[in-house]
Amino acid sequence: MVDTSPLGRLRPTPRTVAVGALLVLTLATSACNRGDTDSSSGSYGFSQAKQDDKAKITVWVDADRSGAADAFKKANPDVPLEVVTYDGAANGSNSFRTKMQLFDRAGEGWPDVVFSTQNNDAAWASQSANGKQAFAARLDQGLVPKATLDNFTKGALNPCTVGGKVYCLRNDLAQAVLWYNKTLLDQFGYQLPTTWQEYQALGERVAREHPGYIVGTTGDPWTPEVYFWSSKCRANDITGPKAVTVNVETNECRRAAAMLDTLIKNGTTPSISVFTPEFVQKYAGKVLMVPGPAWYAGAIFNNDKSLNVPKGQLGVAAPLAWQGEEAVTGNVGGGTWFISSHSKNLKAAEKFVEFVTTADDYQVNVAPGYPAYGPAGDKWIKKQESSGYYATDLQAVIKAGTQIWSGWGSGIFSQEAIWAKTMTPAVTSGKSLVEMLPQWGTAIKNQAQVDGYTVT
Amino acid sequence: MSATSTEEATGSTTRWPRHTAAGRPVRSRGSRIGYVLVAGHAALTLAFGVLPALYALYLAFTAGDGGFAGLDNFTKVIDDFRFLPAVGHVALYLVIWLLLLVVLVTSLALVVHAVRVRWLSKALRLIFYLPGAVAGASSVLLWLFVLDPTVSPVAPLLRLFGYDSFLHVISPGHLPPIFAIIAFWTGAGGWIVIMYGALNTISVDMIEAARIDGANAVQIAWRIQLPLLRKWISYMGIMSLAAGTQLFVEPQLLSQASNAVVPNDYSLNQLAYLYAFQQNDFNGAAAISLLLLVIALALSAVFVTRGGLFETD
Repeated sequence: MVDTSPLGRLRPTPRTVAVGALLVLTLATSACNRGDTDSSSGSYGFSQAKQDDKAKITVWVDADRSGAADAFKKANPDVPLEVVTYDGAANGSNSFRTKMQLFDRAGEGWPDVVFSTQNNDAAWASQSANGKQAFAARLDQGLVPKATLDNFTKGALNPCTVGGKVYCLRNDLAQAVLWYNKTLLDQFGYQLPTTWQEYQALGERVAREHPGYIVGTTGDPWTPEVYFWSSKCRANDITGPKAVTVNVETNECRRAAAMLDTLIKNGTTPSISVFTPEFVQKYAGKVLMVPGPAWYAGAIFNNDKSLNVPKGQLGVAAPLAWQGEEAVTGNVGGGTWFISSHSKNLKAAEKFVEFVTTADDYQVNVAPGYPAYGPAGDKWIKKQESSGYYATDLQAVIKAGTQIWSGWGSGIFSQEAIWAKTMTPAVTSGKSLVEMLPQWGTAIKNQAQVDGYTVT
Repeated sequence: MSATSTEEATGSTTRWPRHTAAGRPVRSRGSRIGYVLVAGHAALTLAFGVLPALYALYLAFTAGDGGFAGLDNFTKVIDDFRFLPAVGHVALYLVIWLLLLVVLVTSLALVVHAVRVRWLSKALRLIFYLPGAVAGASSVLLWLFVLDPTVSPVAPLLRLFGYDSFLHVISPGHLPPIFAIIAFWTGAGGWIVIMYGALNTISVDMIEAARIDGANAVQIAWRIQLPLLRKWISYMGIMSLAAGTQLFVEPQLLSQASNAVVPNDYSLNQLAYLYAFQQNDFNGAAAISLLLLVIALALSAVFVTRGGLFETD
């Protein structure tokens, strides 16, 4: 912090605190760095700590997932469990990685199970760094039954898969679909678009005939994941654990950028984040449609603190296609569960992770998002449909779950942060996305290189 | 920095030594207590100041596996595409902020000092000081609201400048002045109070003499008070410079609040943080912190020599 007060020198600056804490940590570890050394090479594809079936497992969850831990406790009262709530590494806090790196330096202290809201974690957690064993336990070599892994929705484990090996289980899917207000659409007499070309034409019509109404948003950092991923733009083609191909000056990227340029200019896709009071103030009741992740339903539409769309109006349609192509879609987040390779009770840790991702007690009855585990997903949809909130059935959500384009990967670096930093200010100041594409590409390449990627 | 204050403290006792009734200076007991008091400070400085700094020095010249790395860490961070922009951001911010601080703090202190109405002078000092009482991070949170036109109490002003949304307000070009204003708002009050105190140490006779010679208030301020405040101003400069190069909380919180539109690698300290905790490269982080230290020392040297801080009179 900038401590400008004259008394500031009495208070330690963050740097001294951080370095001091580090020093204490190092001293502490050099004093007591024992215990974990008697590990045996396990059958699961990584070297295990000595196992103890009675050992208490520590589980890190974010506030929204504490329901998962509660459900597990209720169903398995005999498993000793300590639940720690943390921020879920959300909003770029990166706390999961930060903390595990400190534990790596300390040589102890890792939790047994960690939930992360991000999709970028398998990329680092699967790799050993500075000679330390990789944090994430490999799951597809016997630790999690194959039948369980196979039941996840096709592609759901992609963000967990590095070099063909699975390192985490997906909590929920966040596939982008087309949300729309059926009541408004009928009232205006518009047809539901099925291609991005029709979507753009509709946006232009709305700007003329019903100014003030919107057909999308571009103010959030996941704009590239909604519009560019579904256009097969190769901005994030992770081709290996440390290799990425970036080419944003293709027709696929340009068509999405050009479409957004038109719609931003005419005001139908404002560059305002959906999570700001400004958005709610300006656009409550005026959202005709929005391409966006599955979790928009609960997060902005059916939420009395946000748009608060009344019952019976919200509809959902399949992802849009570019004319003449098969529709694919993008994905915005969706949580992941990791088991620590250092766990002393892998059996209990596995039981926990399998429960929270697959059991109806949590995924169907409690979970707010669309389950990544296929059978739970189907039941969850039925439950949502029976609530009577939606104006249409939710089959589009299920279908979109299988349509996520696999040419956009999950690297260590955050595409969202890069977009927010390079493109959002440009959009805000009225620059054209098409013209900004080269700068976007450079920013991605720079960031990838800093994180040790070979960029092609 | 603490060396300065202890020097001043001891300087005052040597200048005006307290005497016993018999005329001998007070010694032994008092100085022993002094050592005890200083010992606590020295131990903490050693544990949380000197040792971490030495550890950073060690890290900066070693590689991740512990081997000697020479200047590799330094060339690596300087070659980083984020390094030069971060230097530019911090430099621009420092220039704006230090100018604001020196000019406004000094003139406000002179004005407050010139106010003859006691309650008004006291009230002004309290008002200036209050924002500084809001602790660092929470004052930045407060500013997040001020900067958002939808909720800001100064929304009409922001709109007057043509800033209709939060993203307009925090566009990259606006950030250095924004951070400078936040830093000024939180920090200037304390310095005004200190400058006010320093002005009180100027002898009334001298001011009186100047007044009799026909000097008006402005001339007194310019020719008497300001030259006598020189040391204090350079002291403020050094302290603020050291703090300012470590710009961190403002961009970090603004980055989170804006969903990373304000980049999380805006300042050098943030870059060091990213090196340590995102890239797992503590050596690179240590190299950046050493670079920061060198720059801060070099700039402080300017203030020390120009401000005559170590001159004894």
